[in-house]
Amino acid sequence: MSTTASPTGLADPDELDLRLPVSYLAEGHSVRSWLLTTDHKRIAILYAVTITVFFFIGGAAATLVRLELATPEADLLRADTYNKLFTLHGVVMVWFFLIPSIPNTLGNFLVPLMIGARDVAYPKLNLVSWYLNVGGGMLAVAALLLGGVDTGWTFYVPYSTVFSNTWVSLTVLGVFTTGFSSIATGVNFIATIHLLRAPGMTWFRLPLFVWAMYTTSLMFVLATPVLAVTLLLVFAERTFGLPIFDPARGGDPILFQHLFWFYSHPAVYIMVLPAMGVVSELITCFARRKVFGYTFMVYALVAIAVIGFFTWGHHMFTSGMSPFAALVFSFLSFIVAVPSAIKVFNWTGTLYRGQVGFESPMLYALGFVGLFTLGGLTGLFLASIPIDVHVQDTYFVVAHFHYIMVGASVSAYFGGLHFWWPKITGRTYPETWARFAAILMFFGFNLTFFPQFIAGYLGMPRRYHVYPPEFQIWNVLSSAGAAVLAVAYLMPLGYLTWSLLFGKRATNNPWDASGLEWRTTSPPPRQNFFGSPQVQGGPYNYHPEGVAPVHDQPRLPSQGSLT
Amino acid sequence: MSGADVEARLREPWSDLETDDATAFARQRDGATFGIWVFLASEVLFFGALFLTYTAARLANQEAFAAAGRETNIIYGTLNTAILLTSSLTMAVASQAAEKGLFRRLTLGCLAATAALGLAFLVVKGFEYREDIEKHLVPGAHFALSQAPAQIFFGFYWLVTVVHAIHLSIGIALVTRLTIKGWRDADFLKENPQVEVTALYWHLVDVVWIFLYPMLYLPGRSG
Repeated sequence: MSTTASPTGLADPDELDLRLPVSYLAEGHSVRSWLLTTDHKRIAILYAVTITVFFFIGGAAATLVRLELATPEADLLRADTYNKLFTLHGVVMVWFFLIPSIPNTLGNFLVPLMIGARDVAYPKLNLVSWYLNVGGGMLAVAALLLGGVDTGWTFYVPYSTVFSNTWVSLTVLGVFTTGFSSIATGVNFIATIHLLRAPGMTWFRLPLFVWAMYTTSLMFVLATPVLAVTLLLVFAERTFGLPIFDPARGGDPILFQHLFWFYSHPAVYIMVLPAMGVVSELITCFARRKVFGYTFMVYALVAIAVIGFFTWGHHMFTSGMSPFAALVFSFLSFIVAVPSAIKVFNWTGTLYRGQVGFESPMLYALGFVGLFTLGGLTGLFLASIPIDVHVQDTYFVVAHFHYIMVGASVSAYFGGLHFWWPKITGRTYPETWARFAAILMFFGFNLTFFPQFIAGYLGMPRRYHVYPPEFQIWNVLSSAGAAVLAVAYLMPLGYLTWSLLFGKRATNNPWDASGLEWRTTSPPPRQNFFGSPQVQGGPYNYHPEGVAPVHDQPRLPSQGSLT
Repeated sequence: MSGADVEARLREPWSDLETDDATAFARQRDGATFGIWVFLASEVLFFGALFLTYTAARLANQEAFAAAGRETNIIYGTLNTAILLTSSLTMAVASQAAEKGLFRRLTLGCLAATAALGLAFLVVKGFEYREDIEKHLVPGAHFALSQAPAQIFFGFYWLVTVVHAIHLSIGIALVTRLTIKGWRDADFLKENPQVEVTALYWHLVDVVWIFLYPMLYLPGRSG
C-alpha cells in the first residue's frame, strides 16, 4: 500500500491531502494494471465490461427474433437463420451474461467488503476465472462468426450429435471452458466466506447478499461439473465418434436430458439466488427497516439451493418418465415454491411500517418482487403435470422463465448496479433518468412477456419463425414491448457512462445504508478498509430495537436520499 | 521456520490479516487445504456424472456390456491398478514427511517415485491403447464386436480413460514441479501446503481409478 497519498484518490480532487490511501481505481492506469490485477474490485469491473458486451450481443439476437415474429409469415429471416439467432440468444444470455452477472460483478466486488476482508481467498484464481470466462466467450463468439449453431441453448441429442451441421462442437467447448470459470469463482467465494470473515462477523451476522453468494457458490461447485461432463460427452460423440447417447446403437437421449437439467435447473437458481440477495439489501435499506425474519431468509436461501438440486425432472414430464418419478419431481417442484414464498412474504413484511423511499434502486427491487412473484406462480402451473402437458414447449414456458431469469434477475442486477454504483465508481448518476429507466423497464418487460403467457396458453409453440395468424395480436404486443425494453436497457448504458465522466462525486455512504461496504471511502482503497473492521452487531441495524419508527419526517440528504 | 521465512511465504490476502505471521501462515495453510477439498467435491460430481451415465447404459444393455468387458485387457488393467495404488502410498508418505519438515531426502524420494509411478501408469496405458486399436475396439464402422451397444461401452472406455489420463498428467506435472523446487531449495517443501494440496488431488485421481477398474475390466468375467 502506498503511504504517500495522491489527491486523485480523494473523493473530491480539490480537498486537502488527508493522507488517505489512493482508491483502487487510481492504483495504476495502464492496461497491464487492469489485465494482470488480482484486486477483486478490479476483476469485478473486468467482468462487468465483458458481461455488458455479451448482454448486448444476446439482446441484438433477441431483437431480430422479435422483429421476425411481428408478422405470422417469414419475411425477415430464413428458418435457418432464425434457429441460429434464438440459439445464439440463449447460449450467450444464459452462460455469458446471466450466470456470471450478479455473482461475478457485484459478488466479486462486495463479498470481501461485506465480510470485512481485504480480498478473496485466492486472488490469482479469481483473475484466472475471468480469463476462462473470456476464453469461453471468444470460442462461442467465434462459432457465431463462422456460421452459428442451430440446436437451441439446450444442445439436445441426437440432433446436436448426429444431425446438426453447424458449429456445435466449438460452442460446446466455449460453454465447457466458461464452466470452469464458474467453478473457480464458487471455490473462491466459499473459501472466502468460510475463512476471511472479520472478527465478530459470525455466520448469522452475514448480510443476506453474502448468504446468497454462498448458496450460489455451492451450486456453482456441485452443478457445473455435471454440465461439463454432459457437454464433454456431446463433444466426444460429435468429434471423435464415441457413441454415448446414440439411439441407433442402444444409447439413451433422455439420459442426456437428465444430465443436462441436473445442471440447468439449479442454474436457474444460480441466476435468481444472487438476485434475491441483492433485493434483500435494497428493500431493507430503502424501507429503513431491519429485514423481516432474517434467519428464515437464510434458511430459505439454503432450502432453495438444496431442493433446487432435486427438481430437474420437471423438464421431462412429456419426454418419457415413470409416473412415480413424475409424481416425485412434481411434488419437489411445488415444495421449492415454499421457501421462495417465504422470501416474498418477508420482503413485503419488511416494507410494512417502513419509511419507504422510492429511489431508483428501490424501484428496481419492487419491480423484482412483482415479476418474481408472477414468474414463480406460473412456475407452479408448470410443476403441475396436467397443465405442463398442455403448455409444454409453448410460449407459456418461454414467458415463465423470462419472468424469472430476465424480469427478476436482470431487474435485481440493475437495482444492485444503481445501489452500489456510487461505491464502485465514486460517482453519482442522474436519479431522475434512473427512475424513468426503472419504470420503463418494468412496463416494457410486462408488455413483452405477458402476452406470451396468453399466446402460449392458447397453443403457440416456441421456436418456430412462422405461426398461425390468430396469434399475431399477442406477438405484435410482445414485439412492441421488446422495443420499449430495448430502450430501457440502453438508457442505463448512456447515463451511467455519462456519470463516470460528469457525475458528482459520491459521498462514502450516500444511501445511509448499514453494511460494512459503506464503512470505507467511495471508491474503496486497494486494501478495502482503513484499519481492520470489527463487527459488533447483526446486519440491517436501520432503527434501534424497541424504538418506534419516526413517522412523517422528511428525509434529510444525509440520511440517504439523493433527490 | 524463522519469522522472515514465514513472512516471505505469506501471500495476499493472508499477509494482511491482523495477526502475527505464524497464525496468518497457519490460516493460509488451512485456506489452501480447504480450497482443494471444495474443488474435489466438484470433481466428485464430474466423475459421478460419468459413472451415472455408465450405470444407466449398462443397465439397459447388460449382455453387450458383459461381452465388451471381456474384450478389455485385464492384465494391463490390474497392473495399472497396482501401480496407481503404490503411487498413492508414496504420495502419502511424501505429504506426511513434508509436513513434519524433518525428512527432506525421504520427501524428495517419495515425490520422485510418485511421479515415476504415474508415468509408468501412462506407459502401460499406452501399450493397452495400442492393443485396443489393433483389436478394432474403437467405435465406428470397423468395430470388432457385433452387438451395437458394445460400442457405447467402448465409447465410454475411451472417453473416461482419456479424461483420467489427463487428470493424471496434471498430477504428474504438479508432483514433478514440487520435486524440482524442493530439490533446488532445501526449505521449499517444509510445511508447504502445496504438498498436501497436490497429494489430495493425486489421491482423488487414484480413487477415480478404483471405481473405473471394476467398471471397465470386470464386467462379464465372473464365472
